[in-house]
Amino acid sequence: MLSTHDDVDTIARPAKPARRGRSGSSAKFRSTKQTKMVKTVEEDSWVSVLAQIRDERDTEAFSQLFKHFAPRVKMFLIRSGASDAQAEECTQDALATVWRKAHLFHAGRASVSTWIFTIARNRRIDVIRRDRRPEPEELTWGPEPEPDQEDVVAMQQESSRLALALAELPEKQRRLIEAAYYGDLSHGEIAVKTGLPLGTIKSRIRLALERLRHELR
Amino acid sequence: MTDIRHHLTDQILMAYSTGALPEAFSLVVATHVSLCDDCRAELAACEALGGEVLDGCEEAPLADNSLEMTLALIANDDARVAAPQPAPSDAVFPAPLRDYVGGDLDAVKWRSVGGGASQAILKTSKDASVRLLKIPGGVAMPDHSHGGMELTLVLQGAFSDAEERFGPGDVEVADEDVNHTPVAELGPDCICLTATDAPLQFKGVLPRIAQPFLRI
Repeated sequence: MLSTHDDVDTIARPAKPARRGRSGSSAKFRSTKQTKMVKTVEEDSWVSVLAQIRDERDTEAFSQLFKHFAPRVKMFLIRSGASDAQAEECTQDALATVWRKAHLFHAGRASVSTWIFTIARNRRIDVIRRDRRPEPEELTWGPEPEPDQEDVVAMQQESSRLALALAELPEKQRRLIEAAYYGDLSHGEIAVKTGLPLGTIKSRIRLALERLRHELR
Repeated sequence: MTDIRHHLTDQILMAYSTGALPEAFSLVVATHVSLCDDCRAELAACEALGGEVLDGCEEAPLADNSLEMTLALIANDDARVAAPQPAPSDAVFPAPLRDYVGGDLDAVKWRSVGGGASQAILKTSKDASVRLLKIPGGVAMPDHSHGGMELTLVLQGAFSDAEERFGPGDVEVADEDVNHTPVAELGPDCICLTATDAPLQFKGVLPRIAQPFLRI
């Protein structure tokens, strides 16, 4: 499953301009369906890869995760204003943090990409902006109950839907969102969530949190 | 804390998720989110978008020995990082605020600012400032307006501002248009965490003279 990641990626992330435009809607629907299916498999595999890292300290699994995420984390940091050397160092650091914090990932509340994004973002603030980042309190200290499998699947599906919605935004709007996450403030207020299914993600997570609070009581 | 009525705006949570907020505001956001599952879920949704942006990044070329270097970092220190410990259940301050204070409410080093009120400025980067305020029940904060954004989170007691009441966990988001006079409710001292990105401007003559000393 993992050996095909490179191919998967080409399918899931086609050259962006080709997907725009109103014509050829049937072709678009076909590619949309395909993308969604492939993306779900992909995200699913990252959850189990991370579990292998967590439970078995498996360097082979780590190498697979590294191969996919390290170049993206590095590009994310370069886009955020880091030099190549700085981005390289931060990337290695961030991926080592993934190894050390694998047991703190909650598959019912975030996708693997999301979790790695938060690690990369915090490295950026810490090292590149030289600022301290206060983080919200953890809900539990120590291991949480295993997440509900239904939550895990739902979170993966929602992430796929979000990826699709983001890819289908008009180019200009998508660029604004990307710039905001790269830490570019020159575009002013970020009122760009229109058209993205963030509300459904929020409701899912809200429910998962309620259940967790109930279990902890 | 199911009775929180005043939440952070989606824009503020989005800005926090991208890492754009100054440290002082981030502290108020992190403290409120610690108390409010609704904002925690909204923040998680904003971070989900960040995850998709990351996943959509092109691939930057890595150094030739990048993976080996990373594995070396891990071999050097492969200890599982402990989750940060949450505040004890009887604490007034959630964990992120405790980190800045160095303890709970009883560890705060208050300085009187007159009228029975006191403050403690917390150390953050200089692009904005954050302080704890303690206002005795029934006492008004000096009438003020401000040039930028102000976030005020109630940690104990309550205050009323115009027609609205803010109790524990509630956060008031005020911008330059708000000219407000919060009054602490009778009862225990009202303890708030307030971040501002521009100096507060007091309206009365006396508070204006006092301003340099308040460092507000």
